[in-house]
Amino acid sequence: MMVVGLGHYLVVSAILLVLGIFGIFLNRKNVIVILMSIELILLAVNLNFVAFSAAHGDLAGQVMAMLVLTVAAAEAAIGLAIVVIYFRNRGSIQVEDVNLMKG
Amino acid sequence: MFYGLAVFAPLAGALVSGLLGRVIGDKAAMGVSIAGMVVAAICGPLAFFQLTGGADPGVLDLGSWIDSGRFHVEWALRYDTLSAAMVAMVSFVSMLIHVYSIGYMGHESRPRYRFFAYLSLFTFAMLMLVTADNLAQLFFGWEGVGLCSYLLIGYWYDRPSACAAAIKAFVVNRMADLPFAVGIALIFFKFGSIEFSTIFPAVAQHGADTYALFGTTFPAIEVIGFLLFIGAMGKSAQLGFHVWLPDAMEGPTPVSALIHAATMVTAGVFLMARMSPLMEYAPYVLGFVTFIGASTALFAATIGCVQNDIKRVIAYSTCSQLGYMFAAAGVGAYQASVFHLITHAFFKALLFLSAGSVIHAMSDEQDMRKMGGLAKVIPVTCTVMWIGNWALAGLPLMSGAFSKDAIISATYASGTGIGMYAFVCTVLAAFLTAFYSWRLLFMTFHGKSRADHHVLEHAHESPWVMLAPLVVLSIGAIFAGRLLDNWFIGADWQHFWNGAIFNGPHNHVIENLEHVPEWVEFAPLVFGLLGIGLAYVMYIVNPLLPVRLAESFGPIYRFLLNKWYFDELYNAILVQPAIRLARTFWQVGDATIIDGVPNGLAELASDGSRQVVKIQTGSLAVYAFVMLIGVVVLVGIFMANSLWGR
Repeated sequence: MMVVGLGHYLVVSAILLVLGIFGIFLNRKNVIVILMSIELILLAVNLNFVAFSAAHGDLAGQVMAMLVLTVAAAEAAIGLAIVVIYFRNRGSIQVEDVNLMKG
Repeated sequence: MFYGLAVFAPLAGALVSGLLGRVIGDKAAMGVSIAGMVVAAICGPLAFFQLTGGADPGVLDLGSWIDSGRFHVEWALRYDTLSAAMVAMVSFVSMLIHVYSIGYMGHESRPRYRFFAYLSLFTFAMLMLVTADNLAQLFFGWEGVGLCSYLLIGYWYDRPSACAAAIKAFVVNRMADLPFAVGIALIFFKFGSIEFSTIFPAVAQHGADTYALFGTTFPAIEVIGFLLFIGAMGKSAQLGFHVWLPDAMEGPTPVSALIHAATMVTAGVFLMARMSPLMEYAPYVLGFVTFIGASTALFAATIGCVQNDIKRVIAYSTCSQLGYMFAAAGVGAYQASVFHLITHAFFKALLFLSAGSVIHAMSDEQDMRKMGGLAKVIPVTCTVMWIGNWALAGLPLMSGAFSKDAIISATYASGTGIGMYAFVCTVLAAFLTAFYSWRLLFMTFHGKSRADHHVLEHAHESPWVMLAPLVVLSIGAIFAGRLLDNWFIGADWQHFWNGAIFNGPHNHVIENLEHVPEWVEFAPLVFGLLGIGLAYVMYIVNPLLPVRLAESFGPIYRFLLNKWYFDELYNAILVQPAIRLARTFWQVGDATIIDGVPNGLAELASDGSRQVVKIQTGSLAVYAFVMLIGVVVLVGIFMANSLWGR
């Protein structure tokens, strides 16, 4: 029986992080996917916090995780709101179309 | 009291009609302007007669103008014989010109309040000039008449020739004003003040002062006097600076009368008389003044003989008469020059205004070749013009005889070489003056008419509002000389002038006037009659003679007709180089260097930003990637520090 230790958590967390980053880079289609990728990255961070908290027996990490969750929720709400408004204004949320700042 | 009113009533008239003319209407504005002038024309002569009646000369203090360190300038009206005589003449003649303008400008379609405002302002500036108590106030009036002459010569601003003439008058005057301003500055440095009452007593003790320049030394008083005289030359259109005066004919005729008679050109002669305490200590400059004046008198007269424009003939005669005045000032007979200035004001205003009346009658025709035989059509104008020319030629009975003979006698009485030169020039000029005056009369009023018959049908005598000033002026032209002769240069002259004009201890010209030989006194008369005779032969007896003369002496005729080619000369040596220099400054200095630097900087900025802006791709992925790289780098640095740092 394999004992699930800190290392495993960190590996999962790292995988999630990389997934999230690649989700941002490789995604050429949809802004919502980017939002989801950011959620993934935040999740990876949360996992790290909780894992270290458990490992060290220090609750501060879990408090931090709750904070991150709140921020993530707020961020998702604002992000989605922006996406909705953006769609209303421009009729598309394709990533290629989001290039108003192109010089 | 009268004195201040005489000076400031025209200003009030000018301000009201100029600033409120649009509001109160054309007629009311003209009325106000003329009312101001009438007040001045009553008060000016009254102030003068108070003075001759025994009132004390003095200074009317109006308040401080500039108070800076050692430099104090007051607004003050100087009340002495010279100023009061000038004020009386200027205000009176100017008033008549204002009245005449009502009729002359009657056909003008545009509002006329602007014209009357300028006329009154012109008069005010001249009055400020002649009443100045210090050189700064004099300079204020000096520039004021320059400005107003510019405005009035260019009154018909839609005529390119009028605009060009206005600019020419302004620029030529400006060239002469620079030395004048330098002269004033030198006076301040030398005397520590520019108030006449401080300068004049101190001249004698500075007589030996010198300026060192380029290894030579110049007497200070001579240098200052020379600079002041250059200023006077510009304003009074003396040889070299005369080019603006004939072109100033582009303005309406009353303006010409005002410029030539009452205001503006007489300022230079006035300056010489006013600065006589200084000029008397500058003998070389006085010689130069005589030389320039006498040369101008002769030179302008030669040109006057061949001009065909009626106003141009009179314009050159002004130039010539101013030459007489300077010749007199140069030999020390300032009294005679001021005397001639005042009689000249009457008959020259008369001549210009009656020329205006002729032009008015002939539907704006100015070419004398298209006139002739007008004596029956416009008899009043003809009569007053005869009086004016009679006075101008300096023939007996008229006022010109007194003042002009005094000048010619003074040049002889001075007894110097340059005085003799002036004597010869002025006598010859008297001959030419009589010739061109009668040429003008014969060509305009007598002989067969050469006018277009349509014009002739419309020819009519001017309205009384124009003729009345002519009649008043002709009375002045007849009697002014007789009345003023005894005061100005008579036995009692020292008492009359009361120190307003200074004659050096060595200067006895005025006393010697009575002691010149008989033939000197008769010379102008004889030469004048000869001139009239010649004009009669050439333009009445045998009208083809001038044409044949012009053909057989072609080069001389063209030389005179083109005014000695002064305009062409100045164009070649001054105007064209100035234009070339200006073009260089414009294209190299302004367009290339001054514009080039900011334009180049702007170009650099926009080019640079055009490159930099490419970083902004607009692709979210790239931004995110760059952010990631940033995080990696930061974390990398942090870790490197924590691993190998300390």
